[in-house]
Formats: sequence, C-alpha cells, structure tokens
Amino acid sequence: MAVIRDVMPAFDLLQPSTAADAQKLLQQGGEDAWVMAGGMDSLDWLKDRIKKPKVLVDLSGIDELKGIRTTGDGVEIGAMTTLTEIANHPAIKTQYGVLSQAVELVASPQIRNQGTLGGNVSQDARCWYYRGGWPCYRAGGNICYADTPVGRNREHAIFGANRCVAVHPSDSAPALIALDAKFVIQTPKGERVVDAEDYFVGPELDITHLNILAPGDLLTAIRIPAAWAGARFYFEKVRDRNVWDFPLMNVASATVLSGGNIDRIRIAVSAVAPKPMRLKQVEDAVRGKPADAATGEMAGNLAVKGAVPLQFNAYKIPLMRNLVKRSISGVEEATWA
Amino acid sequence: MGLITWALNPWGRSVPIHIAWYLIWVCAIAGLLFMMVHALYVGIFAAPKKFAKNDSAAVTAAIPERVPRHSLVARAFHWVMAISMFALLITAFLPKVGVKFDWVTYHWIAGLVLTASVLFHIVHASFFLDFWSIWPDKIDMRDAKRRLLRALGKDAPPPDRFAKYPLENKFYHAVIVLAGLAVIATGVFMMKRVNTGILVRNPYLFSDMTWGMMYVLHGLAGVGLIALIMVHVYFGVRPEKLPITKSMIFGWMSRDFYLEEHDPERWSVEKASPPQKGLAAGDD
Repeated sequence: MAVIRDVMPAFDLLQPSTAADAQKLLQQGGEDAWVMAGGMDSLDWLKDRIKKPKVLVDLSGIDELKGIRTTGDGVEIGAMTTLTEIANHPAIKTQYGVLSQAVELVASPQIRNQGTLGGNVSQDARCWYYRGGWPCYRAGGNICYADTPVGRNREHAIFGANRCVAVHPSDSAPALIALDAKFVIQTPKGERVVDAEDYFVGPELDITHLNILAPGDLLTAIRIPAAWAGARFYFEKVRDRNVWDFPLMNVASATVLSGGNIDRIRIAVSAVAPKPMRLKQVEDAVRGKPADAATGEMAGNLAVKGAVPLQFNAYKIPLMRNLVKRSISGVEEATWA
Repeated sequence: MGLITWALNPWGRSVPIHIAWYLIWVCAIAGLLFMMVHALYVGIFAAPKKFAKNDSAAVTAAIPERVPRHSLVARAFHWVMAISMFALLITAFLPKVGVKFDWVTYHWIAGLVLTASVLFHIVHASFFLDFWSIWPDKIDMRDAKRRLLRALGKDAPPPDRFAKYPLENKFYHAVIVLAGLAVIATGVFMMKRVNTGILVRNPYLFSDMTWGMMYVLHGLAGVGLIALIMVHVYFGVRPEKLPITKSMIFGWMSRDFYLEEHDPERWSVEKASPPQKGLAAGDD
C-alpha cells in the first residue's frame, strides 16, 4: 500500500483568540488535542501522518501570547513571539544577549520568522527512528532502535539515557536555563510557574514527552529575571551544516565576575541528554575562581564525568569538554556579548 | 478498544507491543468487586461452617497448644516475596496511572529479588517440605462438591476439615504460581532490553513478534497480579482468616483453631513438640 505523504489526517481545527479559550479547548480535547505554535514541528508530524490528533488548537491568532514586555523584574516574552523578533529585540540583545545569540542560530531565517520561542522549547525529539514512526519507547513501544549495536546514534545522548537515547534539540533552552528563566503555564488548576530547567523532563520520568506539559496545559510566557541582565554571556552551537541544522551540541553560560573571579555563574548544555542539562557541579566548582583557561579546563573535565557514549557518538565527550571550557574561559574567535 | 496495543514494526509488520493500559483499572476494579461481593456473601448469606469431626481423645491430646505451621525460612521467603511483589506492582503501574518517578531500576532489582526468592522456594518446597500439601487432592474436590451442595441447600454429608491448606488457598497458590512464573520468565528476558549492568543488552535476541508477545504476557500476568494481590491482602485481614495470617508472622496457630479448621488425619502435627519438628507435613 502506498504511503500517503503531505496529506494531513483529518482533524478539527480550532483557532481561539485568547489564551484562556485555548487552554479550555486543550483541556476539552485532552489526549486527543494537539497544540500548534509556529507549526515548524507540528506540520512534519501531521504531514507524515505519524501523529493523528483529533483536535488541533492553533495559537497563531492569540495576540496576548505575542511580544516582549519589560517588567519590574526583567522581561516577559510571550510564548508565541517569533525567534526573529527575539533575536532583534533591543532589550534582549543588550541585556540578555545569550538568548538573542541562541535564537539567531536556530534553523534558517524563514523558520525563525515563523517559529516561536514556546514552540522551540516545546519541540519534540529529532531521533529519526522516532520521527520515522517506528514503535520505539518514545512512541509508546518497547525498544530503542538507536541504542542497538547497529543503531545510528551519532547525534544521540551521552548523559541521562534511560531506555530512550534521544536528545533535546532546542537551542534556546540552554540559554533560558542560563538566564534562570521561569516558564508560565496555564493549567486546568490555574497558573503554574516553573524554573526553566524543571520544564524539561527525562525518559526516566516520562519517556513519551520532553516537557512537563500535561493535556490541558498551555505554555503562555517565559519570564527572564533581571538578576542576570548584562552578565557576561557565552553561547556556542556546533552542527553539521552551519547554514541550517539542529545542534550536535550547544552550550550557554551567564557569568558575573568580581575582581576577575567568577562570582555567579550558570551553565547549561543541550543535545547531550534527553533534556537540557544545567551543570550545577561545574558551577559550584568554578565559583570564586578566575575565568581563565585553567578554570575552563577543570570545568570541562568535570562536565564530562559520567558520560556514557553510544556506538557512534563518543566524539561528544571531547566536544562537550571543550564547549564547557570555552563557555568559561572564552575563545579568541568568539566575542563576549 | 482491544486488550493489546499493536504497532507497525520497521518492516511494516503489525506486532503487539504491550497490553492496553486500561486493563490496570479493569483488574483493580475486578479485585475490588470480588472483595465487596465476598464480604456481602459472608456477612449476609453464608451459613456457618460445619465440618465432619470424629477426633479421638488420643489424637486431640497429642496436639500442642501452639501448632507449628510455617518455619522461619518459609515465613522469611513469604515476606521477601511479598515486599518484592509490592515493589514490582508499585514500580510497574503507578507510572502508568500518572505518578511519575524513575521506576525502571527499582523494578528490575525487585524482579531479581522475586526471581531469587521463588527459585529458593521451588527448591525448598520440593526437597525440604511436603511438596504435595499445597496442591488439590481428591478429598479436596470431594469436599468442595459437598460444600457447594450444602451452600445451595441440597442434602450432602458435611465435608472433612482441611488439610494444611484449604482448597481455596490451593487454587490461589496455583493461579499465583502461573502468574508469577509468567512475569518472572518474561521479565528475565526483558532485562536484555534495558541497560542493567548485569546482562549485555541485546534487543534483537528475539523477533519483534516474540518480544511483543513477551511484553503482552508480562503485562497480562502483571495486571492479573494486581487483582490477585488485592484479594490476598483482603483475605489476610478478614477476621476469620487472621489466625492464618498470624501464623505467617509468628509461625504457629492455636490448638483450638487447628482443631476447628484442620483435620489431624490430613495434616498431622503429632510430632510437633519440639515445635520445629512438626514442619514435616508441609510448609509454604
């Protein structure tokens, strides 16, 4: 039987104009509802007919979810704000440069024009076995095709694998963790605000989701506190094709120096584990030390402790070691934001 | 809404991947309904037990005040198995009903404990206890028929008292043996699918269909155990069964209870003093 591609399965398209209505529609739809932000991830799933929701809630008509607002304590970015708008926003560029750098490296300009911050942090895993519709753990099955002797796992996890070895593909997520951002979620029980690192979930807790959103939940905004405004930022993304690709790995750091020593620091990496990893041990180890090559070297070595490579991704260990080192001590070709 | 969840494998073949998870609730509700119906029946409709008794004075005189029933080893096995079984059920099904925690490692460790304890029990019961005491015999079946006829108001002689184990106990044991061996046999193979540090992981040990059937059997036996364990706990706390439950804690039951429920000719405890020697009649 021929496989039908590019013809989406039938669903009810709902286009609410307020966040409250969207949340209620998602709640009514429950497990059968699919939330679509910019559609960059959703349309792949739907056109490949792998995900077949009965109800699709399109958020594109909800103006209150768009835009960047300055608040008393930092900025609040609507979940439907496009990545291009974030990359070009003056306050983000000057005060929270790590985020503008991160989103500017997402995919291509066309995708950044359409893709949203909420969608970027909530996108699904890129493991091709999973995206191919195979019945792997993440799809509700009982096997990981990538973690086999012949599985193609060059892009997969070196940390946090628990049956599933897919990694989180977001570029903005580590930047938001470095900025200590808070995610605002509307749930059937009211508003819930979680730390950025707690928004993501690993397969040990929920193997079929990458984040904590339950049926009926809607991510509405991301708040970035002023505590890290103007800090020294670093973001670096390594990918196969520099013009347009998901990360093989990325790193984001926010550092506040005092007399040449690291006073405060937050570091996060992505595409090394099923969820973006905040490197708390590294942060603790480098606090109070000079932000130089020796400290970076020590941090890099500490960061990769406990890494378990798969058949084809051992290169990620030295890659992570060097990215973490550079996030602390910098590199000549990189510029501090 | 089937009993099994199916999926297309990479070769386009439809294979089972696991049971439908609503069966968790089906079994939990079935266990609950059984308890409610049984409690109503015993409380309202059931006639008092009546057994045929003709114990001689010499026989009754030989029965000690504390009748040894379960050796320390047998009790230890029972409670280790119980703890591991509860751990297995909790780690298997709570995540499926929305309680999220890192369950896999705890699950397979509890599975190994259960496997080791059951292997021990098989050897212990086969070579050191009366193996046949837990399996139904002809007298059990004859008495079951008599009890049924009497419960229906028909004329039938009173049944003999039980041997060491009542027939219901023996049936329960047989069913839990089947369910337990099914989860153990499939679970041991399933450890080849996850990284445990014990076995070298090989998810291609069997075909997708064989693996799928294994997951389904594991799941069916697992949800079956939900109902079985619920019923077991229920009987364990019923007032008329408390002497049996206490014997699984302290190792003995009272002389009065023994003479009321058990036939000294079918479960001899005459060699019961000193207590430890009385265990030759079978234990579990």
